[in-house]
Amino acid sequence: MENKESRFKPFINGLINENPTFVLMLGMCPTLAVTTSAINGLGMGLTTTVVLTLSNIIISALRKVIPSKVRIPAFIVIIASFVTVVGQFLEAYLPALNSALGMFIPLIVVNCIILGRAEAFASKNGIFASALDGLGMGLGFSMALTLIGCVREILGSFSIFGISFKAPLEAAGLSPVAIFVMAPGAFFVLAAIIAVMSVIRDKQLAAGKKTKIKDVRCDKDCASCGDSGCVHRFYDDKDIED
Amino acid sequence: MNTIQELLIISIGSAFVSNVVLSQFYGLCPFLGVSKQLKTAGGMGTAVIFVITLASFVSALIYRFLLAPFDLDYLKTIVFILVIAALVQFVEMFLKKFIPALYEALGVYLPLITTNCAVLGTALTNVQKEYGLLYSVVNGFATAAGFAISICILAGIRERMRYNNIPKAFQGMPIVLVTAGLMAIAFCGFSGLL
Repeated sequence: MENKESRFKPFINGLINENPTFVLMLGMCPTLAVTTSAINGLGMGLTTTVVLTLSNIIISALRKVIPSKVRIPAFIVIIASFVTVVGQFLEAYLPALNSALGMFIPLIVVNCIILGRAEAFASKNGIFASALDGLGMGLGFSMALTLIGCVREILGSFSIFGISFKAPLEAAGLSPVAIFVMAPGAFFVLAAIIAVMSVIRDKQLAAGKKTKIKDVRCDKDCASCGDSGCVHRFYDDKDIED
Repeated sequence: MNTIQELLIISIGSAFVSNVVLSQFYGLCPFLGVSKQLKTAGGMGTAVIFVITLASFVSALIYRFLLAPFDLDYLKTIVFILVIAALVQFVEMFLKKFIPALYEALGVYLPLITTNCAVLGTALTNVQKEYGLLYSVVNGFATAAGFAISICILAGIRERMRYNNIPKAFQGMPIVLVTAGLMAIAFCGFSGLL
């Protein structure tokens, strides 16, 4: 039992403790751009999960073959190949989702989550653990995107997963807040979710409980931050924040 | 005359109306990460203008003369990202050797730009909209200028905000996101321009 728990640790880790969107603040571009509805958020999340899991497996399998000096270009080629394959698949079998996500499917290549996990996890761990890490991180990302998509869809167009409940609300004299499905709404919803998470964290800390939520108010000010395991260090932020 | 008019419309459209960060959501990582000070934001903006303009030119060349004639359209994501990564490395080496002053100013930002999705996004948009060489370069420059403008505005606001009394829950990222949201509303006002 003990052994089983530790084996699935990378999976749980990605799903909750190190949720890529809310805790690590990675992959912001697709997070904000495609979450105009819950379905689009879920579609983007699952597409990213597939690419992340497959590229994690391959990178982990090749980790002893790839020389460390050229590892980043090698990772990018592997990731780009999977993105192309998945993009072609979506174009053929799910054209509606493909046109809704548009440019953000090829842009999965530059999603910081994927390269970040390749660098931080898959290049150092075994195939099975890397696959679980990819799956966990990917599902954590999907969960976050679906949540943001739900909030925006409910407030912005009075529907959820495409099922409209507009009629009774409009009969009561309410109209949807269109700004939430427009660009600015994405920023507001994400800001509110992160603020709520930091309130929960502060309450847990004040009550003396051990909290699993990391400080999500990260300023990306790596120069004065003690968290050496933080993913933002991957970008060497401290070089530029003088 | 007609071409100049069209180019002007494309430029204003890319820089303001569909601003790359605030309405297309490309390049959010540097937008949120490198906007603490006006000085660094300006440096990042300049570096992005430089790289996107160059990358638009090179990727348009490759698409026109290599990918399109041989029907290799499906390879464009892989080819473009590699070309951009190589280009950024090359620009860095070139500047270090020949224009040290510019390297001093832009050097630290260049490696960060490879994973900036605005670069790849612009290259792919140029292909999608079937822009030729000239149009691609102009569109790339305008897009990047839009990025530079918005990152500088955000940095200016954040410098002012340092002395403000922000509610505890909103300190750090959330207030920056709210600020960006308000800026996005302001930029929505440009949509009547064209």
